[in-house]
Formats: sequence, C-alpha cells, structure tokens
Amino acid sequence: MVCVTAKGPGPEDLAEERFGRSPYFLFKNTEGGEWSPVANKFADAAGGVGPRAAQVLIDKGARVLITGNIGGNALAVIQAAGIEIFLYREGGTAKDAFQKYTDGQLKKFA
Amino acid sequence: MRLVVASGKGGTGKTLVAANLAAVLSGEREVVLADCDVEEPNLHLFFPSDEKILPVMTDVPAFDHSRCTHCGKCADFCQYGAIAVLKDRFMFFPEMCHGCGGCKLVCPEGAITMEKRRIGHVAFSTPRRGVVLITGVLNEREIMSPHVIRETLNYASGHPLVICDAPPGMACPVVETLEGADACIFVTEPTPFGLHDLSLAAGVAEVLGVPSGVVINRSLGEDRIILDLCRSRSLPVLMTIPFNRGIAEAANSGQLVTDKMPGMKGQFIELFKKICDLSGVS
Repeated sequence: MVCVTAKGPGPEDLAEERFGRSPYFLFKNTEGGEWSPVANKFADAAGGVGPRAAQVLIDKGARVLITGNIGGNALAVIQAAGIEIFLYREGGTAKDAFQKYTDGQLKKFA
Repeated sequence: MRLVVASGKGGTGKTLVAANLAAVLSGEREVVLADCDVEEPNLHLFFPSDEKILPVMTDVPAFDHSRCTHCGKCADFCQYGAIAVLKDRFMFFPEMCHGCGGCKLVCPEGAITMEKRRIGHVAFSTPRRGVVLITGVLNEREIMSPHVIRETLNYASGHPLVICDAPPGMACPVVETLEGADACIFVTEPTPFGLHDLSLAAGVAEVLGVPSGVVINRSLGEDRIILDLCRSRSLPVLMTIPFNRGIAEAANSGQLVTDKMPGMKGQFIELFKKICDLSGVS
C-alpha cells in the first residue's frame, strides 16, 4: 500500500509537500485497485500533528509514503514502522507522484 | 493585591515597570515579584542575587512493556500526538505530553502508570530588603509553560502584594498569569505595533474581567494613536514614561531607573495609587 500526501481527495488533486499538515492522505495499492482517500483531521491542529498523522499510515498498513517533507517526530515513527519514504516536489498531481514512484523516478529519503 | 504587568507586544518595558514598581514600593512594604515569563525570564537581571531552586515536575506515563498488547487505545486517545503504536512496539514523545493521564485511564491492560518528569524550576531570592523574587523557568524544548506559571503563582499566593511580570502575547501563558488577578497594567509604546498588540491583549483582560490601565513607554509626546484606543476601550492611562536617554541607559545596563534617577520614584508611587483606585484593592 502506497500513501501520497495531497491537497484534495482525488488523484487529480495536487500532491501536498508537507506530511503532517497534508489535507488528505491518498492510499493506493501498487497492484491496482481504486484510490482510497483519508481526510487528515489533524491538518489544522495546534501541535502533535506528525506522530498522529504517522499513526494513520500505520493503521492503514502503508509500506510506502510519497511526500515532499517530513518533520522529526513523524519521521521517527514512520521509520520505526519500516515505511519507506520517497520525495516528490514537482508540484504535480497525486497521480503523477504515484506514476513517478512506480517508474522508479523518485528519490528515496534516507 | 495581585497585580499583573503585561503588554501584548514584547519589548515594551513590562519588566522595567514591574521591577521599578516593586523596588519603590519595597521602601514601605514587602513585595513579592513573580516572573511569569517562564520561557525567557529576565526580571532577575535587575536583581542579581543568590537563588534557591525547587524543581517543577509534570506527570508522564510509564509503560509496562510486558503488559502492553499494542492495541493503540492510548495513542488514539492522546490529543497531543505523544504516543504512536506500531505492530510490535510503541513510541512515546515525552516533550509532547501534557500529563493529562488519559492514556492511563483508557489502557485496558493496566500497562500504564504515571511518573514524574522535570520540565523546569522555580527560583527564589531576596535581592533587596522588602523584595522577594520568585522566577519560573521552563526548560528548553518543553511546551507546558502554563504549568510552570501555575507553580510560580502558587508559591507567591497568599502574600498581600504580588507583582507579576507577564509573558508577551495573549495565549495560554498570558491567560494563566492574568486569570484571577486583581488588576493589570499594560505597558505599551506609541507605535502601530504597540497599538495593535495592546488592543488584542486588552481584549483578554476584558474577557477575564481584570480591571486594567495603560502605561505608555518611550513617549515622544505624540501618543494620539494609543490615547484614542484607550478612550474607545475605557482604559485609563496611568503613567507616561518619556523617550529619554538616561532611562534607556539605566535599563540597558541592568540598573533600576528609580535607583539611578530617584526623581522618578514619585511617579511609580502615583502609578500604584491609581492601580489601587482602579481595582479597589491595595
């Protein structure tokens, strides 16, 4: 399961560069199937956003995260969960980000 | 009386007013000065003296790994993102925890107990006759400033005259300092920035029902923007401190203006009288 951070609920919406404050998390299986959006209820929270957003990915069983940037606490949780992070900062759609990932064009966040 | 010196905008002269007011009043009665600006306390710079330190502790969960089943109820409950639960383990971020104890309540396995963690301290000193200084200090990386402020005020409570140096802004730390106070002095400067932040901070005091007045600092004699706001909000102007090189030099070198320029003592005594009239408390 792959998660793309996005500004809207659909694959044609723009990818979001911030992880914890991303308005939506879009989940998609690499073997096909529909996109499954989850609204991020912590997007406007005052604090403690990162680990709670990371928890959403863990609960959904994501193995890969595609985003533009990620904060320290969220990173600690994501890495502990063994979720791979790929960086997408090209300003395109969530679909484009996913396509570039499957084409092997995205850089892995070390 | 518990008097709060606040401002909204930082750097307007809160600490200068609180320090000099306390120093002048200490000639007649004992004053407790409470530095509630716990993220950057600096009142002590006017009053160098030996300090006694008491730690400020907060509650944090301690996890019994052998009992935890990684059910995730604690992480789901935590509104501060301090706990994340993975399949085979959990992660806890102590500096994000607010110590509410909710995780302990919802844990079905009894795997969580609460323990103490130090987030800051309160420092006590008696820098001059008649002045007791109580300083709240929040450790770096910590977020629970209201907790340290509450502890600081607890140590000061019960004293007949407490003057609190408030933090800038108008969020939780200021509310914690202002709530239950008898009166508030807002120190402002006659600039658009001072005006803007004074307007916001005065709103907080209004909501909390704390009688307030204004001290205009660094006045060049043209304070119309502040005077207009004070008139429209029914805030009395209690004192005007001129933009004066002697005052700036004293304050900038960590000296009390009222020590260096004794002629100003009368103005601070007058300020206190006006505050007593305003609040009905002495």
